[in-house]
Amino acid sequence: MDTYFSDLIPTIESVQTGLGSTGYIPSRQISTAVFLAMRLGKPILAEGPAGVGKTELAKATAEFLGLPLVRMQCYDGLDESKALYEWKYGKQLLYTQILKEKVSAVLGKDDTMEKALERLHEFDDIFFSPRFLEPRPLLKALQEPKGAVLLIDEIDKADEEFEAFLLEILSDHQVTIPEIGTISAIVPPVVILTSNNTRDLGDAMKRRCLHLHIGYPDAKLEERIIDSRIPGIEASLRRQLVSFVQQLRGLDLRKLPSVSETIDWARAILLLNASRLESGVVQDTLNLLLKFEGDMTMGGRSINEFVHKALRESGIED
Amino acid sequence: MPAMLLDLLRAARGAGVVISVAESIDAFRAAEVVGYSDRQALKDTLSLTLGKTLEAKRTFEACFDLFFQREMVSSGETEASSSPRGEPGEAGEHDGLASLSNMLLDNDQAGLAAAMEGAADAIGASNIALFTQTNMFAWRILEQMGLPELDRDIAHLRGEGADEATAERLEAMRAALGTQARTFMERQLTLFSAGTTREIREGALRNVRLSQLDRRDMDRMRVLVRDMAKQIATRYSRKRWQARRGHLDIRRTMRRNMSFDSIPFHTIWKRTRIDRPSIMVLCDVSGSVAAVARFLLMFLYSLADVLAGLRAFAYSNHLIEVSDILARREIDDAIEEVMKVVGFGSSDYGRCFADFSEIAMRNINRNTTVIILGDARGNRNEPRIDIMKQIFERANRVIWLNPEPQSLWGTGDSDILRYEPFCHQVTSCGTLTQLERVIAEMMQQAQ
Repeated sequence: MDTYFSDLIPTIESVQTGLGSTGYIPSRQISTAVFLAMRLGKPILAEGPAGVGKTELAKATAEFLGLPLVRMQCYDGLDESKALYEWKYGKQLLYTQILKEKVSAVLGKDDTMEKALERLHEFDDIFFSPRFLEPRPLLKALQEPKGAVLLIDEIDKADEEFEAFLLEILSDHQVTIPEIGTISAIVPPVVILTSNNTRDLGDAMKRRCLHLHIGYPDAKLEERIIDSRIPGIEASLRRQLVSFVQQLRGLDLRKLPSVSETIDWARAILLLNASRLESGVVQDTLNLLLKFEGDMTMGGRSINEFVHKALRESGIED
Repeated sequence: MPAMLLDLLRAARGAGVVISVAESIDAFRAAEVVGYSDRQALKDTLSLTLGKTLEAKRTFEACFDLFFQREMVSSGETEASSSPRGEPGEAGEHDGLASLSNMLLDNDQAGLAAAMEGAADAIGASNIALFTQTNMFAWRILEQMGLPELDRDIAHLRGEGADEATAERLEAMRAALGTQARTFMERQLTLFSAGTTREIREGALRNVRLSQLDRRDMDRMRVLVRDMAKQIATRYSRKRWQARRGHLDIRRTMRRNMSFDSIPFHTIWKRTRIDRPSIMVLCDVSGSVAAVARFLLMFLYSLADVLAGLRAFAYSNHLIEVSDILARREIDDAIEEVMKVVGFGSSDYGRCFADFSEIAMRNINRNTTVIILGDARGNRNEPRIDIMKQIFERANRVIWLNPEPQSLWGTGDSDILRYEPFCHQVTSCGTLTQLERVIAEMMQQAQ
């Protein structure tokens, strides 16, 4: 794996351009994290507010490396039967029904109970073999022949038991199934965990990961992101949009607008055929940026001022 | 290089970043991969491996900048003071002089900086802990760099060599070098000792009696209290459903599989539902506990912040629910407002319990934990034990935390011993450590 990855990504810069070619514009820190994750075989724990591109990072990484993306969404009550593997109960039962006659034929010769039981013991592993194993995301990621990018989304939503259960996979790239044994990864997957920080993760988990904090991008980076996502947009309008959103983030809002909101908003503005920001248009589309009633009122009050400043910054007098 | 990294890690630990041995090994491996030439990349790398929270990352990055700034400053200053005279390129001219003198005369900044780092390492300069040690350490660095030899050279030039000009130049540079060493040590002090002093202070704060808390420690206390509340909350926040694997729910399995002639294709397992405990906290803000009231409120605020569904009440001569104020306001404003509305009255526990019963009694059930923070000094008013008894009978647990030491219970107007039979637990909690222990125990039992 080392040689494969070191050929593909000799430097941090190559990660940067690689991710960039998929349309994901990473900050320098993000590229460093991906670079290290692949070189050291450590998982990345990406934290930050919703909508700054944590999940997108995993998708972009998978695309860039040409590996399949295996995604696991975490939620309260998630357990190993949903995350790792499950026995195909239905199939097991169906087979026992079908094989009923076979079984009695095999056992028919034995007249005593002990002997029949003895014979049955010889077959007991049949129904608990990989054939009856239903792989869930984690196992699937380990079984990918060329490796995979494993995205464990919103790990903070899962409970602590599950977090502890993940540790074995994260550090040794293997899982233990009591009936079969330990299954190791063919090629260790690149693991990316995301968290919205709704609860503190355990120290053991944090210790094993590269801790990447993705915040809101600065104006320059955000412009590049918009440019890559919406290629048709005019430079001047783009600058105005970004400037407005950046100013909005300075307010005391319950939920600050993220990059994904900026992109949605930019699309909407384009659809409305606006060539420059105007208070009216902004007022009508503000609900794309702000998601709470209180935020809307507060943001609404500053529209004029922000639009004015955004226009001035991009060299337009109004 | 690793020695430099080790120093950096020590400095980061000093600044309050928690770094385990395993993490430092990770950091070394990561640094090897990235290399040491690109400082920004190195900073990103170390920040990724070492900082496990946003706060820790910021602290670490600041520490990183400070650490490397140290080198830059030490070489910058001397350049200004000595460049007009010494011209580089005269190397080898001054035969018979000590190496330090030569470096000074040649204005060899890189050599001097390296020598200073080397000397600092040799004497263990990073062990500095107190401000008053700066001069001593600076002196020891100079000594290690070869100050005695330099002095001898100066004397020699003045006496036998009769080269007064060179001697004077050396003399001036010797003074500059002294300043440089002191600056160097001051940086070392900020880097390596910040943690030690803070640790000592925080350790003491955790065990000081709350009533004797100094006003200037409030800020630090707030951080401690918040951390503690958050820790407790994460440790004990639980899931609502607990699947009990291995117990088949036969009734539901049969029903689910009716279409398959009750052959159990889909199995359904028994689950246990666990209710989240609801917690009610009553906090005393009367005159008799004035010294600790602010602190108790601070604790209440932090707890409300991290535990969903907590109901908070504050009382002195009457009782009101303050959950709303705590949720809406910033911590300081919230405390101010609560104190303004109910603070500083003379305690009347009877009336407060009557108020409480009116507001919240119907919500107390077998999942409720009621915590009372107060000294139970009711100014000889009717204590209304009957209400207390009613709470005790309905609630899952009733816990009374008394900031007074146990020896004072029952003295004067203290009713704590009369309330005690109707509490599951009565504990004295005078310090932060005690409070933490009590709450943690309580949460454990609630599970």
